[in-house]
Amino acid sequence: MGPRSNFRPDPSSSHCRAVSFLVRGCLLLIGVLPAHAQQEAVPSYRAIDSLEARVQGCVTCHGQSGQGTSNGYFPRIAGKPAAYLYNQLVAFRDGVRQYPPMNYLVAYLPDAYLREMAEHYSKLRPAYAPKEPVPADPQLLPRGKTLATEGDAARQIPACVTCHGTTLTGMNPGIPGLVGLRSAYIAAQLTRWRVGDRRTAEPDCMKRIAGRLSERDVASVAAFLAQQEAPADAAPESPNFVRMPLACGSQR
Amino acid sequence: MRKLRVAILAGTVVVIGAAIATYMLSHKGYLPEPKPVPEGARALSPTTQVIARGEYLAQAGDCVACHTEPTGKPFAGGRAMPTPFGNIYVPNITPDDETGIGQWSADDFYRAMHTGVTRNGTLMYPAMPFASYTKVTREDCDAIFNYLQSVTPVKQKNRPHELRFPFNRRDLLVGWRALYFKEGEYEPDPTQSTQWNRGAYLVQGLGHCSMCHTAINALGGSREAQAFEGGMIPNQNWYAPSLTSNREAGLADWSIEDIVALLQRGISMRATVYGPMAEVTYNSLQYMTDDDAEAMAVYLKTLPQRDSEGPPPSSARLVQPSVMESGRRNYEKQCAMCHGGEGKGFPPAFPPLAGNQSITMSSPVNSIRMVLNGGYAPGTRKNPRPHGMPPFSHILNDEEAAAVVTYIRVAWNNTGTPVTPAQVNELRKLLPE
Repeated sequence: MGPRSNFRPDPSSSHCRAVSFLVRGCLLLIGVLPAHAQQEAVPSYRAIDSLEARVQGCVTCHGQSGQGTSNGYFPRIAGKPAAYLYNQLVAFRDGVRQYPPMNYLVAYLPDAYLREMAEHYSKLRPAYAPKEPVPADPQLLPRGKTLATEGDAARQIPACVTCHGTTLTGMNPGIPGLVGLRSAYIAAQLTRWRVGDRRTAEPDCMKRIAGRLSERDVASVAAFLAQQEAPADAAPESPNFVRMPLACGSQR
Repeated sequence: MRKLRVAILAGTVVVIGAAIATYMLSHKGYLPEPKPVPEGARALSPTTQVIARGEYLAQAGDCVACHTEPTGKPFAGGRAMPTPFGNIYVPNITPDDETGIGQWSADDFYRAMHTGVTRNGTLMYPAMPFASYTKVTREDCDAIFNYLQSVTPVKQKNRPHELRFPFNRRDLLVGWRALYFKEGEYEPDPTQSTQWNRGAYLVQGLGHCSMCHTAINALGGSREAQAFEGGMIPNQNWYAPSLTSNREAGLADWSIEDIVALLQRGISMRATVYGPMAEVTYNSLQYMTDDDAEAMAVYLKTLPQRDSEGPPPSSARLVQPSVMESGRRNYEKQCAMCHGGEGKGFPPAFPPLAGNQSITMSSPVNSIRMVLNGGYAPGTRKNPRPHGMPPFSHILNDEEAAAVVTYIRVAWNNTGTPVTPAQVNELRKLLPE
């Protein structure tokens, strides 16, 4: 069962066409996922007066433990840094990050509760979904690997691993893990950043980076990242070891 | 053009975190009756007390919901209000001398609230609920004015409206006003209690509940004879149920306790607020004192019950067995965990569906929306961590969603009617806005 139109990025916008083949690839993938993947997205809880019961509003898209679901556009949220998740929830609530289903759901939730939700999901460590099958165009992978692990010095594009962690599990407090995300989601987010739809606290480092990427770069790095195996330790890195190549407002 | 007023609730809003100060006077009459000031509050100057009361009354009027952009400065305006006639941009009501109401007098402010005429004499569009605010007393208007003069001034020019011809012609508002606007402060009903009058004053005046809960016609107007009879909210695709029908959101057979909980907390043993009403609870009603919330409940409970239609005949409630079976199957799998096998729910966390008027009322719009988009009750002072329902639009197709909505509308002796896949499809295309 595929995603409905209102859960996809606006198909009329040009940047979405650039990633549509990835979305289609993902729809193919849905057909081959095991049945239990669906079960993990069905509402269920143990005690009614628990946070687990309160966040049932999230489970049909993000899974019971935030592991993501078979729909490639709904990201894994488990284990991402709490401050990153909190920033996103606030941005969705205030309409700074635009995705109507999320904007609607969290519109009237106070800061303290959003922080509690963020901390809840940041602590979960569910198993990772199987990685995506090789994308339709394997030519993308070498370029994606270069961008992700080395960057492109000539165009001042830092490697993903510099800030998102050597094993791509993110960095506290504000940088999300990329491992376990599907190519459709990664490509859509990078594209939104390129065109200015998605933004974060100034100085917005991702805006500067995404602006230097071509459409093919986006598809390449999304394809490569979606191929990566999850490490044994899925915890985000500490910010203490890295001098970041670009100043990022979300790390302050 | 009444629609303009109704559309005023659109969208999301930054909350003003200011809780009501504990020294706030609570008032039982429709006119505020100062209570003995609590010990710790004696040092507060009369000015401070007026401003605090004005802040409370501004919350009762939900001014912030429209006059603040989601990430903007409080009351600085600029928010786009989509209406069937084009976009209205809400003005800056901070006390900035150039771009706000810094140079207004209390008389100017009262005239605007009471008659819908701005300081420079132009007629306001009825997106501003002056047809309700006209009922507010001079004393309360002055308190709100004093509060607004005390907030941080923001220099932000008002943006011109983008209304289509002929709605961009303000002189036509003269006709609208002749048809739909009656000026006048609230007149207490001497046959009713002080508490009832206080509730009526808040509901009809600052609460401007009739903006959504009264049907509107093609001119955007509504007739007083139809007050609180319910209607679709333009541009939002939610149905504001009738407050005068026990088949909808009539409260005649509700306990006062449940009504107060629904208004103040957003949840109750009988129902939960979502959508535009969640916004009203979040920005306004949660801040009402217990006395005021109870007064509103007392008044709402006594609204005349005048069901325009009887319950649907059994022939209208026939459901194909295959549809019922599909609905039951998906209900058991996806819904029963929270709403219970018998539809009794686990209130107030998860609302009941059996016997819930908002499920069985003739418009299925809200039920379909909830199944497609899910929803969270608002996080309020008395329920800061609400439970939520996930979206199912990506899991159920039109037939399946229609079957499950049909199921909850007719199962457990519910008196609703079946819905069609086409009705689901129509909302799926529109939503979420």
